[in-house]
Amino acid sequence: MACLLEAPLRISVLSEVTATSRHYVDRLFDADPQNVLQGVIDMKNAVIGNNKQKANLIVLGAVPRLLYLLQQSSSSLELRTECAVVLGSLAMGTENNIKSLVDFYLSYYCLLCSDLIFIEACLRCLRTVFISPVTPVQLLYTDPTVIPHLMSLLSRSRHTQEYITQIFAHCCKVASWQSNLFFSIEIIEHQTVLFNHGAIQNIAPLLISPSDKVRMQALKCFSVLAYENTQVSMTLVNVLVDGEQLSQVFVRMMQRDKPIEMQLTAAKCLTYMCRAGAIRTDDNCIVLKTLPCLVRMCSKERLLEERVEGAETLAYLMEPDVELQRIASVTDHLVSMLADYFKYPSSVSAITDIKRLDHDLKHAHELRQAAFKLYASLGSNDEDIRKKITETENMMDRIVSGLSESSIKVRLAAVRCLHSLSRSVQQLRTSFHDHAVWKPLMKLLQNAPDEVLVMASSTLCNLLLEFSPSKEPILDSGVIELLCSLTQSDSPALRVNGIWALMNMAFQADQKVKVEIVRALGTEQLFRLLSDPDTNVLMKTLGLLRNLLSTRPHIDQIMSSHGKQIMQAVTLILEGEHSIEVKEQTLCILANIADGNTAKELIMTNDDMLQKIKYYMGHSNVKLQLAATFCISNLIWNEEDGSQERQDKLKDMGFVDILHKLTQASDPNLCDRAKTAMQQYLA
Amino acid sequence: MSGPSSGCGFLMSVVVHGDLALSEQEKELNQRLRSLYPAVSDQETPLPRSWSPKDKFSYIGLSQNNLRVHYKGHGKTPKDAASVRATHSIPAACGVYYFEVKIISKGRDGYVKYMGIGLSAQGVNMNRLPGWDKHSYGYHGDDGHSFCSSGTGQPYGPTFTTGDVIGCCVNLINNTCFYTKNGHSLGIAFTDLPPNLYPTVGLQTPGEVVDANFGQHPFVFDIEDYMREWRTKIQAQIDCFPIGEREGEWQAMIQKMVASYLVHHSYCATAEAFAKSTDQAVHEELASIKNRQKIQKLVLSGRMGEAIETTQQLYPSLLERNSDLLFMLKVRQFIEMVNGTDSEVRCLGGRSPKSQDSYPGSPRLFNSPVHKASSSQTYQTSTYYIHKFFFSASIGKKNILQKSGLLHQKKTFLVPKSTCFLAAEVEMEVDHFSNGVSESSSNGFLNGSSTHGIDLEELDSAQSKRQLCGGSQAAIERMIQFGRELQSMSEHLRRERGKNSANKKMLKDAFSLLAYSDPWNSPVGYQLDSIQREPVCSTLNSAILETHNLPKQPPLALAVGQAAQCLSLMARTGSGSCAFASVDDYLH
Repeated sequence: MACLLEAPLRISVLSEVTATSRHYVDRLFDADPQNVLQGVIDMKNAVIGNNKQKANLIVLGAVPRLLYLLQQSSSSLELRTECAVVLGSLAMGTENNIKSLVDFYLSYYCLLCSDLIFIEACLRCLRTVFISPVTPVQLLYTDPTVIPHLMSLLSRSRHTQEYITQIFAHCCKVASWQSNLFFSIEIIEHQTVLFNHGAIQNIAPLLISPSDKVRMQALKCFSVLAYENTQVSMTLVNVLVDGEQLSQVFVRMMQRDKPIEMQLTAAKCLTYMCRAGAIRTDDNCIVLKTLPCLVRMCSKERLLEERVEGAETLAYLMEPDVELQRIASVTDHLVSMLADYFKYPSSVSAITDIKRLDHDLKHAHELRQAAFKLYASLGSNDEDIRKKITETENMMDRIVSGLSESSIKVRLAAVRCLHSLSRSVQQLRTSFHDHAVWKPLMKLLQNAPDEVLVMASSTLCNLLLEFSPSKEPILDSGVIELLCSLTQSDSPALRVNGIWALMNMAFQADQKVKVEIVRALGTEQLFRLLSDPDTNVLMKTLGLLRNLLSTRPHIDQIMSSHGKQIMQAVTLILEGEHSIEVKEQTLCILANIADGNTAKELIMTNDDMLQKIKYYMGHSNVKLQLAATFCISNLIWNEEDGSQERQDKLKDMGFVDILHKLTQASDPNLCDRAKTAMQQYLA
Repeated sequence: MSGPSSGCGFLMSVVVHGDLALSEQEKELNQRLRSLYPAVSDQETPLPRSWSPKDKFSYIGLSQNNLRVHYKGHGKTPKDAASVRATHSIPAACGVYYFEVKIISKGRDGYVKYMGIGLSAQGVNMNRLPGWDKHSYGYHGDDGHSFCSSGTGQPYGPTFTTGDVIGCCVNLINNTCFYTKNGHSLGIAFTDLPPNLYPTVGLQTPGEVVDANFGQHPFVFDIEDYMREWRTKIQAQIDCFPIGEREGEWQAMIQKMVASYLVHHSYCATAEAFAKSTDQAVHEELASIKNRQKIQKLVLSGRMGEAIETTQQLYPSLLERNSDLLFMLKVRQFIEMVNGTDSEVRCLGGRSPKSQDSYPGSPRLFNSPVHKASSSQTYQTSTYYIHKFFFSASIGKKNILQKSGLLHQKKTFLVPKSTCFLAAEVEMEVDHFSNGVSESSSNGFLNGSSTHGIDLEELDSAQSKRQLCGGSQAAIERMIQFGRELQSMSEHLRRERGKNSANKKMLKDAFSLLAYSDPWNSPVGYQLDSIQREPVCSTLNSAILETHNLPKQPPLALAVGQAAQCLSLMARTGSGSCAFASVDDYLH
């Protein structure tokens, strides 16, 4: 019964609400313009800070009417201004409100009006629409006249400066995790459009505006324009603001008494300029200013958001430069400071403060992935730093649990970190094995997105190195099939990693493993890889072949079953257009084949092949000469059956003369090799 | 603070070139120390400037003005370690203190152990490396460990060696210390440091050489930037300081202080307006304020005779009861006669004044810092700064201004000049603030003349042809006669009340003016400066107020004085935050 009573009551309340709201909307249609104006003003006062009212009005269709009034040139300026203000206010509400207001961008041409107050009201609304994540960035670029017009409005007032720079700053922005190809192309396009319309010259002077807000928005604008954009970055370094270089302006904005947001954004600008090659990594403004500033952003005193951004930016800054990594690793205890990133939500917050717990939870993933990224960057080159990282409290455990976290961002960052650390022989032998990192890694490799897969398989390559104690258990876990399937991927990076891991696995492996690799991969796939468009894939495939064809029994066994195809492939590569490295690797395979007992005959009976070897012995490149000579040396080796016949045949073919000539070679290695070979004839 | 050899002449510098360089270095050092540690009083707590030749172990050798340290022991065992301390301990008033040490040589090869850089208290054994003992702290180059009063180190930073520059920063606010290597901060090394530590280095390998930089050269690490951060922190702390539980109490107090200040200095129009707009009672009759204002104006314009006369008229018993005050006024009158500004000599045909108010300003505050020709501006702005000091010390100045009614008042009373006030950044507008109010006020009482600036300029230009008593013979005679009267008054006073050395000196100094042909440019010429009227004026004003049972000093001035005193007390008791809270910062 209660339910029955309550329902109609609720409806009546609702209708009451909409009735008052409807009243506001109805007044917009009044015949008397004065009444309309008063209606809009009343509406303005009614919606301020009232999301419910805003939603009601939107539902009741206030937006199109307001837009209509706004765009009517017959409307009075006052009315149009008030309409813009109300629309701006409506946009301030929830995301749903924004969605209904996205059309507002259509009214950009209202900005052609010359009245400043009206323009400011429109821009304020436009700004609110554009900074919302639900608004498609593309909107700004659909009409090519919009941006030039906005540029021309920049000089009108502090407010137009603030709103327009804010719009720009949001319109080539993309969250860092969306770093795939599609998005980056789009960003660069947007950056270029703004650049071509003189964004830099127009916005640079705003960096010394007396208004804090304008300075801040201009700075943000530069940070998004410079990101991964060489053209913009190169231009930025040469810009002078009031006679001062832009980089120096940014340095001043990083001073420690400036607002944190300003310090952080200025550091981002310099970081992006540095990464785009516009500023050297050993420039004082990077080494002594930007890097310490970013380290400070990682400190406990900063907000969680700032710590995330600080760590990500720092990771990006020093990724390619070992010297910066070394400096960062000793600055302000950064390595142990980062360990704090894993302590959210803290046990204290869980008990005392629900709000704080919520806040912590929200940022916990972000913090962890940022820390992993920064660790990955720190440890990417220097062995001492890697040691320091793995010795940080519970570090390996954290990585291991990070690998199986629900957030894909964290998983990716964790595997990046693991990959960086896996470049250390010592860590592979010790902490990696102790923590059985291969287990979660193998799990990660099942059905992961490509980004994760690339990193994980790359890490796996290192774990499969011969000296890695994890190699055995990984082999037992059925990794070969997985790697073979990677070699069939569309992504070149995955193909490389798959074949690379197989190569590492085959190095000095048991006969059983080798046979298993050949079986699982299949000769067809093997030869497909030998004609892969990616040189890296080709090189690693040759490497795999070379590793498969080591030790005499293995050579003979594999050559007896696949000899024909392998010789064909070798011929093809030697005849094809390939780099020296590829040919060298191929000649080395040939040399291995020549080391077999029975396999030798595949070469000896192939005069064409022998001619090729001869050719390479006389090649201008020493590496190729060396590899070819090595091959001949194996063929004529004394202690083996039939060596006399082979020596005779090769002598007849003129190899001795060549060897003789090579003993005079200027390269000592080649000379030695030729002498050793000649000795076989003397013995 | 000029270099010590500034007076010792050209010849010296030609002969010994090194000395010139030295004095240049000394100058740079003084300059840098002053700008880094403005709150430190060098008399009270001298800063470290070099290593102490007295406070070191015998294995330590010093050279290059006691900045270079080398080791001259055997360096075989830890027993051969040797340290040296700086000449002085680090004053708390530094707030943040920093020095750097450059490793010139890490010493002979084959010695594994070497130097430590850090801090130690006086009396800590010098036959040790810094960090090994109680009240001793060090960062060691061989292993990169930090030693916190213990023989075992903690992993801290990287190792360091020849060519590296190691910096040590002591934060006297939170009592921590961090080191830097080649300009990079290595993070906190020590916490809970005791006060009065000395910069210290210790060596223990033959051939080890290090150079200290206590500010002689620019530092590799950007210490100013670090200090900026702490200055901002401290100032934010002051700005956010909670001010009483009940809203309005604080505001009422500020209003009271401002009002009493205005009344004290007899800005009656402003005071009246302020009181009205903030709903306060003024504790003095308006007429009385006006009287005081009149007297002050006379004193400040140098018309002492009239000032004394008016005082006697308005406050008949005041000067009778206070003969020392009367004496002081008379001495000032004598000086003004010499100056040619006193009415008694002016009417005798001396230089006629350009304006009635030849002295523009009003009484100067307590110990107001600068004395410049543009004193009217200095004074009025500094008045304003005091306001600002109290306002910004609470929340935000604008807020408080609004609360205290000052902003409101401005709008009401400054309408004629409102355009500039609406911009309301307040800053220099204060100049109009006091003048402007009175101009538009109805009672016609000027707080000062609006033509001051011009007036001063004319006075200045006239200075070159200044003549005794304005150049009139009759005036000179009157002055000499007055001098005799003064002399006899002095004798009379001494007979009646015993010796008074202050009075004696005052008279002697005043009479000394006559010993020079150009008194204005004589060693005692400062007395003729119009600024000297201010203490006289404020003493007289205070005396009058006392007779009305009103405070001798306005509470506002008292509070500023207290704040300054409090800061110096903080410096003495080791609270480093005093470095970043100078009263002047708020008065600017």
